[in-house]
Amino acid sequence: MAAHQITFTINGGQETALVTSHTTLLSLIREQLGLTGTKNGCATGECGACTVLLNGEPVNACMVLAVEVDGAEIVTVEGLAQDGQLDVLQQMFVEHTGTQCGFCTPGVLIMARALLDRNPNPSDDEIKDALRGNLCRCTGYVRIIEAVKAAAKAGG
Amino acid sequence: MPMPAALDRENPSVLVMPGPGLPAFDYVRASKPDEVCDLLLQHGDNARLLMGGTDILVLMRDGVLAPKILIDVKHLPGMTTISFDPAGGLRLGAAVSMNTMTAHPAVKQHYPLLAEAAQAVASYQLRTRATMGGNLCNASPAADTAPAALVLNARCVTWGPDGERIIPVGAFFRGPKQNVLMPGEFLAFIDVPIPPPGWVGRYIKLGRNAGGDLAIVGVAVLGYPDANAASGCRFRIALASVAPTPIRVPEAEAILANMPITGETLERAAPAAQAAARPIDDLRGSARYRKAMTRNLTRRALDDVWAGLRKEG
Repeated sequence: MAAHQITFTINGGQETALVTSHTTLLSLIREQLGLTGTKNGCATGECGACTVLLNGEPVNACMVLAVEVDGAEIVTVEGLAQDGQLDVLQQMFVEHTGTQCGFCTPGVLIMARALLDRNPNPSDDEIKDALRGNLCRCTGYVRIIEAVKAAAKAGG
Repeated sequence: MPMPAALDRENPSVLVMPGPGLPAFDYVRASKPDEVCDLLLQHGDNARLLMGGTDILVLMRDGVLAPKILIDVKHLPGMTTISFDPAGGLRLGAAVSMNTMTAHPAVKQHYPLLAEAAQAVASYQLRTRATMGGNLCNASPAADTAPAALVLNARCVTWGPDGERIIPVGAFFRGPKQNVLMPGEFLAFIDVPIPPPGWVGRYIKLGRNAGGDLAIVGVAVLGYPDANAASGCRFRIALASVAPTPIRVPEAEAILANMPITGETLERAAPAAQAAARPIDDLRGSARYRKAMTRNLTRRALDDVWAGLRKEG
């Protein structure tokens, strides 16, 4: 079975890894790199718990092959905080209780980060639409949306 | 293709439990079209193309498909390129992601219907990877971009052992999950001609929720002024999820071309669409419900397009 050597950037640092053809980006991140912030939920691209940024765009890491990210830039939830300072989204999720059990939170944060990067002033509907692919079974979403709005207001 | 075993809720005895990860296969990054044809011919059903992977990886994880080779065609020339020519129209590489397509200035300006249809698919992060080419090749009766492609008279440009072939989208589907591609042949581009001047389009999708579920019914309508039509305009209507393949509805289109457009005419065209629907019962909805919704959504889409045409005219 073919093994592939890949080089990529993750959360600002360069990494090299040896992966099989059938290794997903999600198992590369969680099992080979030990970054367990990204969650394995449905493994079929529906729940959004494994959402990461791939070259600046959000993807379901369970639906990407590791071999495909050779040369790419990846950001996971661990890469949001800079120099010990929480990202404004993370700060607002704390302040607005946008998280309960926390399982969906890494994916939601990455998705919200991508939204604010392309649209710094989203409407409620735009926030809901952006988070359509992130299932949360605890919060009822209201506080998540409030947290994203607060982050946008804070210059997000 | 019969209902995949892993998803067959009627026969739990044949349920295939998904493994912990993807089954083993070899990944090949193709750099030349001929290489793809050769691999496909050599390996037959054991080789599959990889574009966005949002369908095939799910089927592989569920144990429905177990190809030995996945051929990544995203790096072939033109596969992820969009070009627009005001005379010839739009050429989409088959592996252009739905988000890239939706955000492209030419698509936004000249083909908003394509963007509207693509945005009905799943979620934003899935559409970063999902492609319109894959959506058409999978040939699901529920493919959201298929009705838009049908009413825009899009053409599939394929590459195969005998060279290029151009297939109208209306002739591309053969049955549920079946297309007309020959052994060794694959979809390279989707060509979308310039729509008629003054056109207005609309795609309405009914799902079980407002989120990314598959369509229970999908209706695309494209209308445009045409002095040669008795009614002064023509409409093209296409349906998803209510027949073995996405379909056009010429019966309803004829009514709208031949009678002055009034509320009554629109009211007559919608049941013609309903009559053309041949849906099945499944977990998303009964055939009877689908038929009724085909009528309602066709009427709603016609109303929207007709209102748009009157505003333009």
